[in-house]
Amino acid sequence: MAIDEGVVKHVAHLARIELQPGELEKLSRQLQSIVDFIDKLKKLNIEGVEPTSHILPISNVLRPDETRESLSTDMALMNAPCRKGNFFSVPKAIE
Amino acid sequence: MEYEPVIGLEVHVQLKTKSKAFCGCSTEFGKEPNSQVCPVCLGFPGSLPVLNRVFLDYAIKVALALNCTVQEKHKFDRKNYFYPDLPKNYQISQYDLPLSKKGYLDIVVGDKTKRVGINRVHMEEDAGKLIHEEDTSLVDFNRTGIPLLEIVSEPDMNSPEEAYEYLTFLKSVLGYLDVSDCDMEKGSLRCDVNVSLRPKGVLALGVKAELKNMNSFKGTKDALVFEIRRQEEILREGGKVIQETRLWDAKLSETFSMRVKEEAKDYRYFPEPDLAPFIISAQKLEEIKKNIPELPRQKLERFVKDFCLSEGSAKILVGIKKDADYAQSCIESWEGKDKKPVVNWLIGPLLFEANKRKCGISDLNIPGGNIELINLIKSAEEAKISNLAAKGVLSESLDTAKLAREIILEKNLYQVSDTESLDKIAEEIIKGNPKSVMDYKQGKANAIMFLVGQMMKKSNGKANPIVARDILKKMLTDGG
Amino acid sequence: MMELNKLTAHELIEKLSREEITSDQIVSCLNKRINAIDSEVKAYARVEDGLTSWPVNQLASYNNNRQTGKPANRQTDLQGIPISIKDNICADGLNTECCSKILEGFKPPYDATVIKRLKEAGAIISPLKTNMDEFAFGSSTENSCFGSTRNPWNLECVPGGSSGGSAACVAADEAIWALGSDTGGSIRQPASFCGVVGLKPTYGRVSRYGLIAFASSLDQIGPITKDIRDSALLMNVIAGHDPNDSTSVNIDIPDYTKSLEMDIKGIKIALPKEYFPEGLDPEVKDIINEAINKLKSQGASFENVSLPHTEYAVEVYYIIATAEASSNLARFDGVQYGFRVQDARNKTRNLIEMYKKTRGEGFGEEAKRRIILGTFILSHGYYDAYYLRALKVRTLIKQDFDHVFKGFDCIVTPTSPTPAFKIGEKVEDPLKMYLSDIYTISANLSGIPAISIPCGFTKKGLPVGLQILAKPFNEEMLFRVAYAYEQSTEWHKMKPKL
Repeated sequence: MAIDEGVVKHVAHLARIELQPGELEKLSRQLQSIVDFIDKLKKLNIEGVEPTSHILPISNVLRPDETRESLSTDMALMNAPCRKGNFFSVPKAIE
Repeated sequence: MEYEPVIGLEVHVQLKTKSKAFCGCSTEFGKEPNSQVCPVCLGFPGSLPVLNRVFLDYAIKVALALNCTVQEKHKFDRKNYFYPDLPKNYQISQYDLPLSKKGYLDIVVGDKTKRVGINRVHMEEDAGKLIHEEDTSLVDFNRTGIPLLEIVSEPDMNSPEEAYEYLTFLKSVLGYLDVSDCDMEKGSLRCDVNVSLRPKGVLALGVKAELKNMNSFKGTKDALVFEIRRQEEILREGGKVIQETRLWDAKLSETFSMRVKEEAKDYRYFPEPDLAPFIISAQKLEEIKKNIPELPRQKLERFVKDFCLSEGSAKILVGIKKDADYAQSCIESWEGKDKKPVVNWLIGPLLFEANKRKCGISDLNIPGGNIELINLIKSAEEAKISNLAAKGVLSESLDTAKLAREIILEKNLYQVSDTESLDKIAEEIIKGNPKSVMDYKQGKANAIMFLVGQMMKKSNGKANPIVARDILKKMLTDGG
Repeated sequence: MMELNKLTAHELIEKLSREEITSDQIVSCLNKRINAIDSEVKAYARVEDGLTSWPVNQLASYNNNRQTGKPANRQTDLQGIPISIKDNICADGLNTECCSKILEGFKPPYDATVIKRLKEAGAIISPLKTNMDEFAFGSSTENSCFGSTRNPWNLECVPGGSSGGSAACVAADEAIWALGSDTGGSIRQPASFCGVVGLKPTYGRVSRYGLIAFASSLDQIGPITKDIRDSALLMNVIAGHDPNDSTSVNIDIPDYTKSLEMDIKGIKIALPKEYFPEGLDPEVKDIINEAINKLKSQGASFENVSLPHTEYAVEVYYIIATAEASSNLARFDGVQYGFRVQDARNKTRNLIEMYKKTRGEGFGEEAKRRIILGTFILSHGYYDAYYLRALKVRTLIKQDFDHVFKGFDCIVTPTSPTPAFKIGEKVEDPLKMYLSDIYTISANLSGIPAISIPCGFTKKGLPVGLQILAKPFNEEMLFRVAYAYEQSTEWHKMKPKL
């Protein structure tokens, strides 16, 4: 798989990360070598093997439908970089 | 060329659990902003989700009620996208192993039943709410993490009416299960619509538009009517429909394009590592099945069969469970074999009074209860009082909490059937309306109805119209 | 006064119970030590914030409890014992920043479950969090926004990572013991580089609630201690089911200190050939062989085995770990907490720009590298080729271990192919850095417990660690073998010259 700057630019956009021009070039190079490295997995025959997304053999972990005390609004907003009244404030989101 | 619309609905329903999907915060509506939040639903670093048991039970209940196959094993996935109402910038949802697949919902349009396929019912968490100001958006996370079901229909509907009935029947089922408020205005039910047009007889689907921002069932129907017309105009002029998301503007009654360049969606789904998979045993399914009440569809079929109702009348009665139960008890209290009189009262005067009072027929609390209602209907049926008077009695009884029969007595509403006093009135009427008398005599049978009407007027509505008619007929025939 | 900071927790518990010392004395010894040497070791993040802020409340309640003679459970009683915490574990009101600019100033409004348990046991949570690679991305603690931690045994060398601060502060007696987190070796490799004991428990044994996630399916919190007994003691407190963590297992926790009373006669130990390749550092190889002989002499038997899919472990790890990380770190976007890029008018023009600038500036180089790699792996068209395939190979790696554990009680390997390397040596070559986790990664992929214990020194005086791995939920076997070994050696008593 070839990783060019276009791919990295697109992925960086998906990940919402701004890259400086120098960074983009360096990262593309490094990612290419990492991707070449992980491409090694393609050699392995995995036919019929089940994927493991949870290593534990557990299932059906549930909690009762009970309410617990919420944080106070001030606690919830304590770390906010930009607060307006009892809201978190962000630059306008235009959908 | 005739075009056929193809419509699919994606409905999101909030379930009314006490606590949120993955944490203990309350789900109560309308609280102060950011007052029902905790590290988990705020997605604070380090916090972890644990699934609400009742959320799962409700979800299974809905899936079963919509005739879906509940999968033995299902799991949650992360749907990754950045948006400020999504505190983790991913939504816990279900992707390739959802709770359930392949069901259907039977709806009645006009007097015909139609089966609409359900593609899947899956569980996810709700996002927060944004309030847009001039150049900022304010975020309230109270709604974040409220249990949500996504119910995706197949593109099986072909008219705005069908979409409307689908929503109505879906709401009805959810109401019977008592798992959601389904209030579009409060946002506890939200609906996205996909609609495209194709030439009639062609199988391939046309280019679709996605409609959003409808806040009522009627709005959804109106939006579809508009959008179908819009697409048809484009196609007739030889143009092409663009695949896009369009917003419904209820004030202007039109859809408009969001005019934003939409990126190809890449949600990067992968299994949610913080939640172990869920395995639903056959025993669990049986347990939940047992707790599912008779659903509107079955009730409708039963009403049609047992009470000889039309599907259309039955549909009106079964929509809301407690009203349907009430209707059933009324119908059963009616001794006659023909249930039509009581059914006509239920979907007529009772429904009228209920609508007027913005409640259901079961909430009317008729003074004296069922017996009083049945007697009132009987009196009208036997023409002891006029239909008009009976309706007025019902209304007054509801307003004043007086028993119907007391009102009838008080107002002396029993119809006059004794021929002596009616003879007198009839004579007067015949005298006073020579033209109608002539008409009747010359073979215009309808003219007698006018004369009966005059008798009713003269008797302040108390004349028994049947007896009055007979007297008139007799006088006009005999008297020559 | 005696240098109490040099003692182990169990030694201090003894002294406290005999009322020879007080908790305040321990704290002041630690303060003195930190003041004296942390400017060289840099084991802690934000030291300049001051050392005076030890939790007075906790100290007072500890003193009260002692005076009122509140009954203590010896196995879980840590009354008055201070503990240092890695910067990715949330403690109510204490800065918890994962050593990243993007979490600048973040004070969680809640305690991680391990912190809650420690507080309930009477432990005193150090107000200073230990240094780490940003978001635990690294094997050298060079990727911290607070600068590199140095190896107490050689200040030009790295302490390992990502829990380098926790390992270094324990090795340098700037802490009695510490908590770290281990996603691919982040407890064991620095423990090995710093000559201390580091345990990664079985996945699901210790609650992850409050651990800022790197790779959720691999992360575990574990103890970094001066000896095995302390490791067992700390596990007695932090292990156990937590209803707030869906991946925490509901199995009873034994008293781990009981494992220390058992010998290892007849224990069957496997030596996987993939962990002893031709090119293994000869010094490391000799030291490990010597350790093996020590265990043999105590009655354990050894046999060579194969874990054939070992050669794919690093690849699988970097696919799974970066994919999960890319999603876990999406929440750091400048909306609710931490750093946000601001322009002169205190707002950026639009939301996407705010996200991108905040994340572009807030994350360090390695974090950006991993987020972008992980995003790529999950993106449309690549999921099956990379992520799904990696999950399948993960199954094969797990099966290798299942197979070996059918015939053996535990597995012994070097913790790391080399001793501590020089600061800066691998920074420019991420792949080389990734390969330094080659022996520790498989335990995370297969969820099994593993411990690294000091087993000797190179000629240049750098510690070497022995790794022991056991079946899921059999930490007792690790303690049993590790303690038997420790009893016959003096490595754990060696102190760096600082």
